[in-house]
Amino acid sequence: MIWVDTLVQGILLGGLYALFAAGLSLVFGIMRLVNLAHGDLIVFAAYLILMGVTLLGLPPWIAALIAMPLMFGLGWLLQSAVLNRVLGKDILPPLLVTFGLSVALQNGLLETFSADSRRIPAGSLEGASLDLGIVTVGVMPLLTFASAIIVIVALNALFYHTALGRAFRATSDDAVTAGLMGIEPKRIFAIATGIAMVVVTIAALYLGMRANFDPSIGPARLIYAFEAVIIGGLGSLWGTLAGGVIIGVAQTFGAAVNPEWQILAGHLAFLAVMLLKPRGLFPRAVD
Amino acid sequence: MYKLTTRTRAGTTTAIVAVALVLAGLPLPAVTSRGVIQDLFFILTMLTLAQLWNLLAGYGGLVSVGQQAFVGIGAYAMFAGVILAGWNPVWAILLGGVAGLLLAIPTAFFAFRLQGAYFAIGTWVIAEVTRLLIAQWKTLGGGTGTSLPREATSNILGTDAIRALFGVREAAARDILAYWLALLLVVIVTGGIYWLLKSRLGLALAAVRDNSEAARSVGVDTGRLKWAVFLIAAAATGLTGALIFMQTARISPDAAFAVTDWTAYVIFIVVIGGIGTIEGPIVGVIVFFILRSALADYGSWYLMTLGVIAIIVMLFAPKGLWGLISSRSGLHLFPVRRRLTGPKIEGGI
Repeated sequence: MIWVDTLVQGILLGGLYALFAAGLSLVFGIMRLVNLAHGDLIVFAAYLILMGVTLLGLPPWIAALIAMPLMFGLGWLLQSAVLNRVLGKDILPPLLVTFGLSVALQNGLLETFSADSRRIPAGSLEGASLDLGIVTVGVMPLLTFASAIIVIVALNALFYHTALGRAFRATSDDAVTAGLMGIEPKRIFAIATGIAMVVVTIAALYLGMRANFDPSIGPARLIYAFEAVIIGGLGSLWGTLAGGVIIGVAQTFGAAVNPEWQILAGHLAFLAVMLLKPRGLFPRAVD
Repeated sequence: MYKLTTRTRAGTTTAIVAVALVLAGLPLPAVTSRGVIQDLFFILTMLTLAQLWNLLAGYGGLVSVGQQAFVGIGAYAMFAGVILAGWNPVWAILLGGVAGLLLAIPTAFFAFRLQGAYFAIGTWVIAEVTRLLIAQWKTLGGGTGTSLPREATSNILGTDAIRALFGVREAAARDILAYWLALLLVVIVTGGIYWLLKSRLGLALAAVRDNSEAARSVGVDTGRLKWAVFLIAAAATGLTGALIFMQTARISPDAAFAVTDWTAYVIFIVVIGGIGTIEGPIVGVIVFFILRSALADYGSWYLMTLGVIAIIVMLFAPKGLWGLISSRSGLHLFPVRRRLTGPKIEGGI
């Protein structure tokens, strides 16, 4: 019975990792850019929400809603002012710029908010649980997982059923030809990064409400997100969810055997998938 | 009569200056304080790591964010050699190189399946896995780490002679020995990379960097080239890691596998100095050290500044400071370009 419980907790944890990964997956899919500051941006958004809660006294949901347009603006600005300048055939410049951003952001947060771990207070939700008969699950993990599914459904709808989504796909396939058809790739990229930052804000809300966070935890979140994207296969958002679930389940099983093995088990699951299926489980894009 | 050469006047001058600097560096411990020697040790080891990362990323196109794996495994292999096998720490440093090489084989096997940016994070994952596995190794202190035993640090090869020569205490003698070894290592690594770039392998590397398809069409085996560069860099990084932790004589998984110290700093040095040149890391490490000394009292502002400078350099001077200098003056201190020399051809160009 304890194994069923571990499995369910792992699947739900996977929802959180899928949320971390969805923004990364979106940006990579459209402009082949891996943002090494992705994890730090999640932590940054968590502090933004926390400020809304502590300084303005807002409930976390409202604070996140206010943070979303701010983060969209930040993403838009980051893309149009910095990243668009370094995108090109050579992958080194964007990689190094986002790495610089990661280190700068991490230490900027450290100076502003100190190394103390913080948490977004979620009131009665924090300890609430649902008895499902076989297992008891926390309301918060359940909400996280549901949000991950909603985010993926929404992103897929945006991608395949709107004019903007068509522009995204066209630019992803061939930016030059898309430009001939009246699409401005740089503007599309800026919007895409903005949307990724909105997803980052949702991920940050759950990151901050579920557990303590501090400025140094960004890179580890980036790694989990990256592993989920790779396991799922590039370009498939549902694959990313599956990847997140695999990492989550591996981690909870690892932790059930020995608490020290939690993180290690997740990484080993990733390496095992890499060994068996180098292109991920559900590859869509060809790179 | 006609021959291909890479020799230039600037190159010859560099060689003379380099030899003079190294010769001047040898007796330095006699006239400077222990603090200066420690600073120089730091500069030399960071320069070595920077040259190696530059070889990977600047010449080989392999942007690794996981070089801390090789620093860490090299350092731990050195500690294992001393603590478990009772080797002298100086010989155990060689073990660090071997460990780096051995770890590089499975790492390359996994990471080479990933392209570009994914390669970068893939190497990072492997470094994390290595750190977590080493933290399980209880004989070497597990997660909290351990120190070199007293009997080992007091018997390091050559320290007795150094103590007698300079009349210093044991710890200072270890610093001097480490400094000399770092000087040796930086000369071997920089000289080795320069030699490599002038060799057939270097020509192949330049060809792949400029146009990978064209290089393959004339028979350059790009896969084998990547393996060669990755293994060489890993082994030398392992040696450097072992040397760094022989000097500190204390190790922990978090320190030995620190992404900030062994990869972030190194990347900033190379980027600020100028990626894809041997001069770049040298300029970069000087700038890095000056910034570090100037901003030492400001804690994390220092790292934040470094990050921002790296972004600015990447945006406005992607070839780094040395790129600016070299494009203005046409100066190449380590020339690798092959030129045809010989008597002037009558009526020719």
